[in-house]
Amino acid sequence: MNQIWQMLADNFSFLLNGVLTTVGLTILGFVGALLIGTVVAVFRVSPITPLRVVGTAYVEFFRNVPLLTLLILIVFGLPDIGLLIPLFWCGVLGLVLAGSAFICETVRSGINTISVGQSEAARALGMSFGTQLRLIILPQAFRTMVQPLVNNFIGILIGSSLAAAVGVSDITNVTQQLNIRYAEAVVLFLLSGAVYLVFALGAGRIGSWLEGLVSTSRIGSAR
Amino acid sequence: MGPERLAFLSVYRQERFSRRGAGFAILVYLDKMATPLVEVRDVHKAFGTFEALRGVDLDIGRGEKVALVGASGSGKSTLCRCINRLETITSGTITFDGQPLPQEGKALAEHRAQVGMVFQAFNLFPHFTALENVTLAPMRVRKLAKADADAEARELLARVGLSDKADNYPAELSGGQQQRVAIARALAMHPQLMLFDEPTSALDPEMISEVLDVMSELANEGMTMLVVTHEMGFARHACDRVCFMDEGQIVEQAAPDDFFDNPQSERAKDFLSKLLHH
Repeated sequence: MNQIWQMLADNFSFLLNGVLTTVGLTILGFVGALLIGTVVAVFRVSPITPLRVVGTAYVEFFRNVPLLTLLILIVFGLPDIGLLIPLFWCGVLGLVLAGSAFICETVRSGINTISVGQSEAARALGMSFGTQLRLIILPQAFRTMVQPLVNNFIGILIGSSLAAAVGVSDITNVTQQLNIRYAEAVVLFLLSGAVYLVFALGAGRIGSWLEGLVSTSRIGSAR
Repeated sequence: MGPERLAFLSVYRQERFSRRGAGFAILVYLDKMATPLVEVRDVHKAFGTFEALRGVDLDIGRGEKVALVGASGSGKSTLCRCINRLETITSGTITFDGQPLPQEGKALAEHRAQVGMVFQAFNLFPHFTALENVTLAPMRVRKLAKADADAEARELLARVGLSDKADNYPAELSGGQQQRVAIARALAMHPQLMLFDEPTSALDPEMISEVLDVMSELANEGMTMLVVTHEMGFARHACDRVCFMDEGQIVEQAAPDDFFDNPQSERAKDFLSKLLHH
């Protein structure tokens, strides 16, 4: 037992860096995926056919390719075309591409829960497609999307562990390195598992809080 | 309108502000007043294989109030929605203020801004207060300053009898109140034409009259209106003309008293007799 405490104490900053890298990957990945996913969702509901085609192709590609495959292609493929980006950012890029395909579908189904009458009323007042989305459709759609977005967030958090396989030193990668040195797989992976569990639970709590917040700000329609 | 007259008119319009302007301006104005605000010509609209409109002709004069009546599914709402291009037409032409309806884009948005629309389901924006519902389009489409938009919106809400509900959300209002906010919202854009698509059909009987009162007042003030309705009392007393639609065509149009007292077509007689029996 003392040996294990000793191991953790000796490698505290190493582990902490791993945790921070995981947090960084997840937050950057989620924010990027949310932005791009929203844009792609707008493409998919736009009245312009080429945009819809591009949006659909994007989703069908990135949703249906394993994240690990994507990460390997990014890490080993981009240098081949002369793009040398740090490993951490390769991980973020992979998470953004894969995450945005899922978030796009969350946003699109959120948009579809808003009745056609809302967009007709906005159009009848002379609002452009962009204004309609920004002021009328998306603000209402995001309220219905809080819990599905928490799912997407957790997906990205857990998916970030695959970045370990291509050499990003996130908590999973750090854990594996310590395991090779100390051969304490069970303890170490229980620990890294707990890190993911804590963050995922935290995200769930923040989601519930956000949901309460947006529903009190529309007391009216909550009735 | 022949091509010669169109060319003539366009010269008039260009000359309007020139030195010779004043006389021309009056002529142009008289000519403009003489042309209908809306001209619908041989309009067809198909939803797949179903033909909702089958060759509709309709003029709406400036300041005129036209009631569109008929059985459900006769194409009344579709015709109403075609006029601000919420539905695209399959063939035929619709002109507004002498210009054909624009294609999708900025020009269409500008056209829609000039045409107010009131829906059966109100379609207020639930995440905005009554006041914000009214100020939204003037601020975001017409780029009005917030203070000006607010002041005007409060006036409009007062006009529809809802000064005290400005800060309420739509779900806190009754159906009749919501519909009156929707009318104020449409009026805030200073439309040249108001389209009412069955504005009272979703309301409880006791709320219908509060909405019809607001509409009658609007009619008295000279607003051009096209009203799709099942409220025959309103059609008779507040409108200048009644158009009766059946199976995608305007079968009969007449002054309200003539239409209700002395319908010409069999289908109109049949429709009216069914109304009177209940």
